Amino acid sequence: MVNLIWIFMLVSGLLFSIFNGTIDEVNKGLFDSAGQAVELVIGFAAIFTLWLGMMEIARRAGLLNLITKLCFPLIQRLFPDLPKNHPAAGYIMTNVSANFFGLGNAATPFGVKAMKELQVLNHQPEKASRSMVTFLCLNTAAVTFFPATIVSMRLSEGAADPLDIVIPAFAATICSCTAAIIYDRISWRITSGKNHD
Amino acid sequence: MIDLISLSKLILPLLILTILFAALITKTDAYSAFVSGGKEGLHMAAELLPFLVGMMAAISVLRSSGLLLWITNLVSPLFLYFSIPAEIFPLFLTRPISGTAALSITADLTHTYGPEHMISRLAAVIQGSTDTTLYILTVYFGAVGIKKMGRALMVGLLADLTGMILAVVITIWYFQNVWS
Repeated sequence: MVNLIWIFMLVSGLLFSIFNGTIDEVNKGLFDSAGQAVELVIGFAAIFTLWLGMMEIARRAGLLNLITKLCFPLIQRLFPDLPKNHPAAGYIMTNVSANFFGLGNAATPFGVKAMKELQVLNHQPEKASRSMVTFLCLNTAAVTFFPATIVSMRLSEGAADPLDIVIPAFAATICSCTAAIIYDRISWRITSGKNHD
Repeated sequence: MIDLISLSKLILPLLILTILFAALITKTDAYSAFVSGGKEGLHMAAELLPFLVGMMAAISVLRSSGLLLWITNLVSPLFLYFSIPAEIFPLFLTRPISGTAALSITADLTHTYGPEHMISRLAAVIQGSTDTTLYILTVYFGAVGIKKMGRALMVGLLADLTGMILAVVITIWYFQNVWS
């Protein structure tokens, strides 16, 4: 599906630019975006190295194991496929908590690490497993307690109370996360009838 | 308000301190653990590059060709019908696709209308309560080499749509009934 969407994005954009006379902008945009992707990866390299380094210390010191054991009952409800006290649970938990506190950049390496652990359990390595889809839903609709970026932006724009949006945002994030989990469950029920994964 | 911002800044140092104290107590060789974990991180980041270039190029073509703007103008009357400010629509379309584009729209709306305007508040709540689905899919699935996302994309986008509609409803209700 992502294949078709990707092709559609490029083809429709390119065709539109021919009719719209924006070919120059598109040519420039293509190379700029490739450059931006490289810059992003350099940023990732720094964040991933720092945080996965820290996580490895936490793992060897037994801290991650502790988190896994403490949170497993909760995680198992969301991920019924996960074997008891599997290390993926610890990474999922650290990722979810980092998102909760609005630490977007620090959350990513933990999430990628959780994905790696889930991939080990995956029987069809090219295809997303049930737990992977659930984990993705938790992330795309991440429950954010404190949207730090938005609050600081409102502060710099001179808002009388930059925190006034925190309560509605928290309510909305809980609703959308719940919706994501419900959709995940419904779509799993529908598709699992057709193929077993 | 400043306290909460500085509190959120404190979380990372506190996390590092906890990890290092745990290493001291359990006599873990923290430095060599850091180096070996870090190596894996570097490797992961490098593997992401082709996935990111592919997705960001597609997003850039959509934006720079003017197609995204064209669709925005086409659909905005629908927003007015539901008495939602049409200015919010570009954010609806951009939020699941591109995080930086969405943030720049929110910043622009906040600057244009002032932070106390309902449009700015709507944008802030949408921005604060949702995440960039396409980007997360690219990064997380790219890192482990998943090529068939299955139902993940559909579920993610559907959840985005629900989240954004709920964000609008909640924000309007909250600022009309609770805040004032």
